[in-house]
Amino acid sequence: MTGGTGMMDRLRHNPAALGIGLLLIGAALIAGAEAWLTPFERTVIGFAGINIILAVSLSFSNGLTGLFSLGHPAFMMLGGYTAAILTFPAMRKSTMLPGLPEFIATSELSLLPATLAGGVVAAVAALIAGFPVLRLRGHYLAVATLGLIVIVQVLINNMDSITRGAIGLAGLPRLSNLWWIYGWVAVTLFVTWQLKHASLGRALMSIRENELASASIGVRRARLKLFAFVLGAFFAGVAGALWAHLVTNLTPNSFGIVTAFMIVVMVVLGGSGSLIGAALAAIALSVISEAARPIERAIDAYGLVQIVTATLLIAVLLFRPQGLFGSGEPVTRRMTTPGKPPSKTSHEHRGGFPNETS
Amino acid sequence: MSAYVLQQLINGLVLGSMYALVAVGFSMIYSIVRLINFAHGDVAMIGAFSTFLVFAAAGLPLWVIVPATLAVGAAVAAIIEFLVFRPQRQAPQVNGFITSLGVSILIQNVGILLLSAQPRSVRLPGLLRTNHDFFGARVTTLDILIVAATLISLLVLTLFVKRTRLGIAMRATSENVSAAQLMGIPVNRVITAAFAVGGALAGLAGLMWGGRYGQIDPLMGFVPGLKAFVAAVIGGVGSLAGAALGGYLLGMAEIMIVGMLPSEYGSYRDAFVFGLLILVLLVMPNGLLGKPAEERA
Repeated sequence: MTGGTGMMDRLRHNPAALGIGLLLIGAALIAGAEAWLTPFERTVIGFAGINIILAVSLSFSNGLTGLFSLGHPAFMMLGGYTAAILTFPAMRKSTMLPGLPEFIATSELSLLPATLAGGVVAAVAALIAGFPVLRLRGHYLAVATLGLIVIVQVLINNMDSITRGAIGLAGLPRLSNLWWIYGWVAVTLFVTWQLKHASLGRALMSIRENELASASIGVRRARLKLFAFVLGAFFAGVAGALWAHLVTNLTPNSFGIVTAFMIVVMVVLGGSGSLIGAALAAIALSVISEAARPIERAIDAYGLVQIVTATLLIAVLLFRPQGLFGSGEPVTRRMTTPGKPPSKTSHEHRGGFPNETS
Repeated sequence: MSAYVLQQLINGLVLGSMYALVAVGFSMIYSIVRLINFAHGDVAMIGAFSTFLVFAAAGLPLWVIVPATLAVGAAVAAIIEFLVFRPQRQAPQVNGFITSLGVSILIQNVGILLLSAQPRSVRLPGLLRTNHDFFGARVTTLDILIVAATLISLLVLTLFVKRTRLGIAMRATSENVSAAQLMGIPVNRVITAAFAVGGALAGLAGLMWGGRYGQIDPLMGFVPGLKAFVAAVIGGVGSLAGAALGGYLLGMAEIMIVGMLPSEYGSYRDAFVFGLLILVLLVMPNGLLGKPAEERA
């Protein structure tokens, strides 16, 4: 990507054209996938998209800001349950979920508003939890956010009248398709990319590099950390909602510590703070784990996926601790390569859309 | 005091003993290398499996099984340290933490692959399961041994850390690694020793856990390991006495929640544990007995 071919350079000067072009290519690919691929293949691609949303949003809050949160599954659960309750057929709601307030019990939303509601609920939860929890740092934050997963799981398990407790919600309408999922992938990448390359992103990175120093030059670290955490939670909630309507059932154990682990692995593999890196790692891991599933079943070796993933993670941490792409983006490598002066200032790259979106 | 309350106190004491054993090892490792070792609970799991699947199955007597399990725990922890944590000594702290999560998932899934995820029921010799009447409460010989063995272990550990050369070297290393190195302390060996001691205690806790609850499975170590971490944080990470205290407090609190509150709150136990953790971290960030950490730019 560093070669200054004329075509590429012209596109760099015109991010809007680049963005529209990528969106069109992406749309064509999705249309092709919807038309020709088998349902199983489409489901795998759908999972990959959901994982991209998760990994990119976690890379934004964890990798960029240096927060070490494992709380994504908690927000996925909140978003997933919120959306699932909202889209659930109104006829069955009154008998299955008797505890719902009247206006929810009688309504039946379509996917987009339900997904947005899921994201908002997750974000509000993150805002409330973030106030106390984000005062913690490093390990402590990690374990406290792990605690959030447990707390949300226990709450959902016990609020039978609106969640059906441990039985979970089954038979949800299968509303997620590749258009919705990859639409959200595009939104996630666009928003996080813009923020990363704006002054806000620089402020977040300064918190990661040295919190005291960044506070002393006037970065409002508490507020910014909370913002990154809440934004990450919003996208996690959206991803949870999409997941619920792809898999069509949801239990309190759908997302747990292993989910947190998988997302963290994607972020670490891609390079902490690299959005494209996280997206590529998410695709790679989704494909690996779906490909390994038939093998797991054939040789009766359950847990193989986790073994492969864990080994991969340890190997990367030992031999390439900065991840595949470090904190940079493969498409803008020139900006960060030392020794070579950047040929363009970063604001010209804003809106430059990654070519790996679809 | 009614016999019921007494029974709950005893159960809390037993559970707290096991948490304390794991938490002390956790805290020891943390104080020296600043690493939160997620795989610590899985060492306890390996200890339990080697106890019941190998040593007890081979018909060894208890006085051989216990030291053998201690040795297994120590060896496993030292090997993990040597293979994955030593090469990362210079890396950022968070890397070590993620690595330990990876090691934990790896151990659990290899365990599932080789041993199946089905819990196996295990039995201790009848002698240990004998019931005693203690002012109306029921106490087994095993319960008494768990509490006694924990107290003895904690006492021996304290003497080891305060009086022996290696123990003093450990404290020096936890104070300041580079200064200790300059004083000629073989830091790598000290770190391995800390892992080994922590691992031995975890192995012992695994033996107790399996014996007390009657079943073992490859995932059994994770949640108790996590809770032992919570205990260590409540007590003040880095302080051995604090870790032990935190273990007993957490065990006691958990049993009381289930035993004393109306039963519909019983299922909130784990939420309570982590809620308590967050609360303690906010009110007393250094735990009950921890030293304040200074912040350097």
